[in-house]
Amino acid sequence: MNFLSLFVLIPLLMMLGLWMSRDMKQIRTVAVIGSTLLLALSVYTLVEFLAERAAGNTATMLFTDSRMWYEPLNIHYAVGVDGVSVAMLLLSSIIVFAGVFASWKIDPLPKEFFLWFMLLSTGVFGFFISVDLFTMFMFYEVALIPMYLLIGVWGSGKKTYSAMKLTLMLMGGSALLMIGILGIYYQSGLHSMNVVEIAENGHIPMNWQYFLFPMTFVGFGVLGAMFPFHTWSPDGHASAPTAVSMLHAGVLMKLGGYGCFRVAIYLMPQAATELAWIFLILTGISVVYGAFSACVQTDLKYINAYSSVSHCGLVLFAILMLNTTAMTGAVMQMLSHGLMTALFFALIGMIYGRTHTRDIREMGGLMQIMPFLSVCYVIAGLASLGLPGLSGFVAEMTIFVGSFEHADIFRRVLTIVACTSIVITAVYILRVVGKLLFGAVQNEHHRELTDAEWWERLSTITLIVCVAAIGCFPHWISDLIREGVEPITNLLSQAL
Amino acid sequence: MDYSQFLVMRGEISLLVVFLLIFLIDTFGGQKSLKGLSVAACVLFGLHTIWNIIPAESASAFGGMYQISPIASLVKTVLNIGTLIVLLQSISWVDTPDVKLRRGEFYELLLVTLFGMYLMVSSGHFLLFFIGLETASLPMAALIAINKKDTESYEAGAKYLFTAVFSSALFLLGLSFLYGVSGTLYFDDIAVNIATNHTPLLIATIAFVLAGMGFKLSLVPFHLWTADVYQGAPTQVTSYLSVISKGSAAFALMLILYKVFSLDPVVWQGIMWALIVLTITLGNLFAIRQKNLKRFLAFSSISQAGYIMLGIIAGSAQGMTALVYYVLVYIFSNLAAFGVISSIEHHSGKVGMDDYNGLYKTNPKLSVVMMLAMFSLAGIPPFAGFFSKFFIFASAIHSGFYILVLIALLNTIISLYYYLLVVKAMFINNENEGCAIASFRSDNGSRVSLIVCVAGILLLGIASCVYGYFTDLSLLGI
Repeated sequence: MNFLSLFVLIPLLMMLGLWMSRDMKQIRTVAVIGSTLLLALSVYTLVEFLAERAAGNTATMLFTDSRMWYEPLNIHYAVGVDGVSVAMLLLSSIIVFAGVFASWKIDPLPKEFFLWFMLLSTGVFGFFISVDLFTMFMFYEVALIPMYLLIGVWGSGKKTYSAMKLTLMLMGGSALLMIGILGIYYQSGLHSMNVVEIAENGHIPMNWQYFLFPMTFVGFGVLGAMFPFHTWSPDGHASAPTAVSMLHAGVLMKLGGYGCFRVAIYLMPQAATELAWIFLILTGISVVYGAFSACVQTDLKYINAYSSVSHCGLVLFAILMLNTTAMTGAVMQMLSHGLMTALFFALIGMIYGRTHTRDIREMGGLMQIMPFLSVCYVIAGLASLGLPGLSGFVAEMTIFVGSFEHADIFRRVLTIVACTSIVITAVYILRVVGKLLFGAVQNEHHRELTDAEWWERLSTITLIVCVAAIGCFPHWISDLIREGVEPITNLLSQAL
Repeated sequence: MDYSQFLVMRGEISLLVVFLLIFLIDTFGGQKSLKGLSVAACVLFGLHTIWNIIPAESASAFGGMYQISPIASLVKTVLNIGTLIVLLQSISWVDTPDVKLRRGEFYELLLVTLFGMYLMVSSGHFLLFFIGLETASLPMAALIAINKKDTESYEAGAKYLFTAVFSSALFLLGLSFLYGVSGTLYFDDIAVNIATNHTPLLIATIAFVLAGMGFKLSLVPFHLWTADVYQGAPTQVTSYLSVISKGSAAFALMLILYKVFSLDPVVWQGIMWALIVLTITLGNLFAIRQKNLKRFLAFSSISQAGYIMLGIIAGSAQGMTALVYYVLVYIFSNLAAFGVISSIEHHSGKVGMDDYNGLYKTNPKLSVVMMLAMFSLAGIPPFAGFFSKFFIFASAIHSGFYILVLIALLNTIISLYYYLLVVKAMFINNENEGCAIASFRSDNGSRVSLIVCVAGILLLGIASCVYGYFTDLSLLGI
């Protein structure tokens, strides 16, 4: 059996273990062992992948394995990874690992929480390892539905409304996606669901591409918080419990970007070059609008959720620039945003767990009260506004350099407009940092609060180390991603 | 006459044997043996299912009146499985004081309607088809009204009877036109005769036939009886009506359209297109507002019928496979939902959606089964409903119905909304003060049936061999 299948198998076995667990201790044991194994497995995948590439293997996908599943429709259970998916697997396993520790004291129904959480992880990992359209789509939907109960049962605020809104909007996206996938299948003339095969040998007629490209791009774009389909994101993130916000903003929104990249653009490069301008405008709006909205929020989670809209918009924006540098930057932004937003949500969850409020007007001077958490918050903030040495800088720099490579006025103007988001990001981050951490203490009761426990420290330190690692040593990760992006940009240059 | 022709009707004959045995036990059995009637019925019917599980070869008997094909035989097996689950779920219900006196009738009427459906599925002549249709409908009215002391039950029975008779009349009118156009009632001969003889009367024929079958399938605008009948009938009968009756009617309609009107599919595909859009959309919109779970599932089953029709409109072997597969998955999902509803109704008498608030705290297992059923009906992976929806959409897309599938897909979002409302009630809402459903242990029959349903929901999609097997059979021709 191919070792990539373990990415799906481990979460499933964990679910079995959780189902049989009797008390909190056993649940935690299963969760920790499983998530550590997943982390180890993704590191192993990375090492093996680099070794294989160093040995001169230049196939598009490595470690491929394909088994016939539904013969009448030629559906396979097909797995394989390239540089981009290896990076995404690494990101997902780090966040699942940190998420387990962030929900150490989840209440009520811990067993059910972890069961759903692991089902969500199964979907996420399965999506990143699949190279078959049907399998990919199936895992995509598997990752969506647990969100409903995770937010609805364990969430806070207007949770039932947010959970329903999020589920329906994302399922709406996947409805468009299903049309797109079936259309690609029947129009490519190959009778195949394999992504690489369709990209290399398929010929989807141009008039069909005009119909199918928007379907798939919008379908995945809903999950990538593309304007005007981003409205589920602030409500959903604000109502979700900590670990779910982390996984959702950190990984699940990346499914959207990854899908646009792997399915919409990879399979229909001609339509992508011709229709990119429409979506560039929409994602450009996401970038700036999300940042401005974050400036006026007072709820910590809403601030971060709108900031996610802005940053994920930048991912899609960069992907649509359709050149190697910008797309590499896009994937790095996925990694960077995934890690730092998970860090943000973890910290917000920890602060909320102590102060029982997320309103920045009711808090202040936390630096004196909980120095560890506050320092971590500052680091996350600096990463978000793009301080050199942390991951955000590397990613945004690459994106804007790549976008500016285009010589036409339209793309250059849009790039400059998108660049302004860096300034706006600085505004809302520094506003929160100043008010929340360094301002006067607003509530005298807060003085009695304690700093982070060991599991909280473990969760945040893991994420900070990764953010700093990408920021300080960007080369190995950008090389890894670049070679995953190149087959796609080669197709795009042929299409021109 | 060559009596060996009867051997072709293996399925019908073994069903008749089961019917006769139950009739004999019911008529001549003492008090003690009557107690075991419900279990005996399940066992006998189970044997009948196993006996017929290998599909029959294509054959025809009585000069082409009766025709059997592997796929038709498979449909009978699918119906058998569904009926067996219904019988399991009704074991404890038939022992309740109101029904106890008539439990023999319950089984006899049920098997007679099933016999009628068998005839519909494997007929080669409109006369036999019509006899099957009537045999499937009229005893059903008696079944619906079996709970004599319940006014709603016999109101529902009367409603069903009138609409059934009316739809049969329309259907017969269509047949008489057809006879006028083609001069015969044999399926194969009609197809040949009307190929060279296009008249506007043919369109009227198709319209009447579709209307007649539309009543059976509760397609919009012929759906008005559905909600009241589903609500009024005893839950076991409702579940039988919603899956078995609907599944057989869908296949029978496909049989007519593919065999008789196959040469000019554009005519009926246009009508069908409109019917599907109306059925799915209106069914969904009305389902949102329902508070009684039986009415809720009535509207949900209307919209599900619309999805089933997508397999017919495809007009291909792929569509046929997808349809039979969809019906099988739908049987498991819907019967899981009805199994939970009937268990809860049996123990607490409650069928409102609000009564289910906080059910997970008192009855976790039943809530999980209900949730799986809802997810499967909504088409969420990795449950079977996702696969059946995907395949039925794929078959329609293959025949070029992109817009229709898009409308159907957008409707799945509406349907997801109301299926999630049930999940929300059970898992998220707090239980009602003082009148929550107490925790209880359901009877063994329901437990077995629910385990079978859950196994079906979880495994049918993952195990691709089922769909592959269906494809092989449907490629052999209808």
